[in-house]
Amino acid sequence: MGSQPRLVEVRKNVLKQNDVAARALREQFRAAGVFVVSLVSSPGSGKTMFLEKTLTLLHRNYRVAALVGDLATENDAVRLARSQAPVKQITTGTLCHLEAAMIQRALEGWNVDDLDFLFIENVGNLVCPSSYDLGESLRLVLISVTEGEDKPLKYPTIFNSGDVAVVTKTDLAEAVEFDWHAMSGNIQAVRPGMEAFKVSAKTGDGMSEYLSFLTARLDALRAKAAV
Amino acid sequence: MHELSIAMSIVEMAEEEAANHGVRITAVHLKLGPLSGVVRDALLSAYEMAREGTALEGSRLVIEEVPIMVLCPTCQTQRPVSSVQLFCCAECGTPSSEIVQGKELEVVALEIFQENEVWAHNPA
Repeated sequence: MGSQPRLVEVRKNVLKQNDVAARALREQFRAAGVFVVSLVSSPGSGKTMFLEKTLTLLHRNYRVAALVGDLATENDAVRLARSQAPVKQITTGTLCHLEAAMIQRALEGWNVDDLDFLFIENVGNLVCPSSYDLGESLRLVLISVTEGEDKPLKYPTIFNSGDVAVVTKTDLAEAVEFDWHAMSGNIQAVRPGMEAFKVSAKTGDGMSEYLSFLTARLDALRAKAAV
Repeated sequence: MHELSIAMSIVEMAEEEAANHGVRITAVHLKLGPLSGVVRDALLSAYEMAREGTALEGSRLVIEEVPIMVLCPTCQTQRPVSSVQLFCCAECGTPSSEIVQGKELEVVALEIFQENEVWAHNPA
C-alpha cells in the first residue's frame, strides 16, 4: 500500500489570491459609489492621450482620479497630471500587467469615497492583463485605427475580458484607409454584442458620446445603490 | 509573458498541500481554458523553471485543455464555439458571448506519493 503514486482531486483556482483581492476592491468601490474604469491596449494605442482628454473633460463636473501602470517611466503620470486630476503612477518594473494587490497598495492614502470616477491605465499589453481582475466596474479595450482591423481576431482573449471597445485615433482613419465595417465585424465575431466607440482624443471627435455613456453608467450605479 | 509568475503560484500552492499532508507530489494536473490568457507551452517551460529547488522538483505539470463553451440562445443549451475568433454556436451559428467554460486556470488534481496513507484523515 502506498508505494504507487495516486491521484487526489483538488479544486484550486491558480489566480485565487488575485480574485480575492479584486473582490475586496469591487466591494470597496461599490460602497464608496465610485465608478472604476480600467483601460487595456497594446503599447502606442493612445491610451494616455485618451485618458488625459477624459480626465480633463470629466474634471469640470466630476471628481476624478487615475492610477497609471507603466514598466519603467513616470512620463505618463506627468502627462496625466496636466489634467489637474490626482494621478498616481504604479511602476511595475518588468511585470507586464497590473494585479489587484497593486491597486490596493496604490490606493493607500486615497479616500475613494471622495471620487466619482477612478481610472486605471494598465500596462500596454494585449495578452497578460486579460488574466487579472482588478475589481473595476468597466474594462475598456482600446485599439487605434493604425493597428489594423484584424487586431480583435489576433487577441480575442483580451476582448473577451473587456466590456467595451474604444477605437482611437480616428483622425488618422483616412490616411491609413481604416475600414470601420471590417473592424466592427471582427469585434462582434470575438465578442458578440460588445459596444464600441470611435474617438479621436486629438480632435475631440466622438468623446461626448463616450463620456455620456460613462456618466450614464455612474448614474445607474448610484441609482442602484440608493435602492 | 506572465506564465512564470503563474507557474510559481502553482508550485507554491502544491508545496503547501504537500507540506499540509506530509506527502510528495509527483504531478500537478491543471485544467486550462483558451480564454485564461495563459499559453500552454509557455506555462510548461515556466513550470520547469519554477519547480527547481522546491519540494516539487522533478514533478510534472499535466495540462488538460478544455474547449470554449457558450450558452446558445437558440439551442438553449451549452455548445462549443466555432472558434476563438468566432463566438458562434458551432451547431447552429447563433452568436453568443455568454461564456460558460474556457476561462479555467485551475489545479484539479495532485498525483501524490507516500508510504503512509494519511491524506484522507488530514484534510486541509
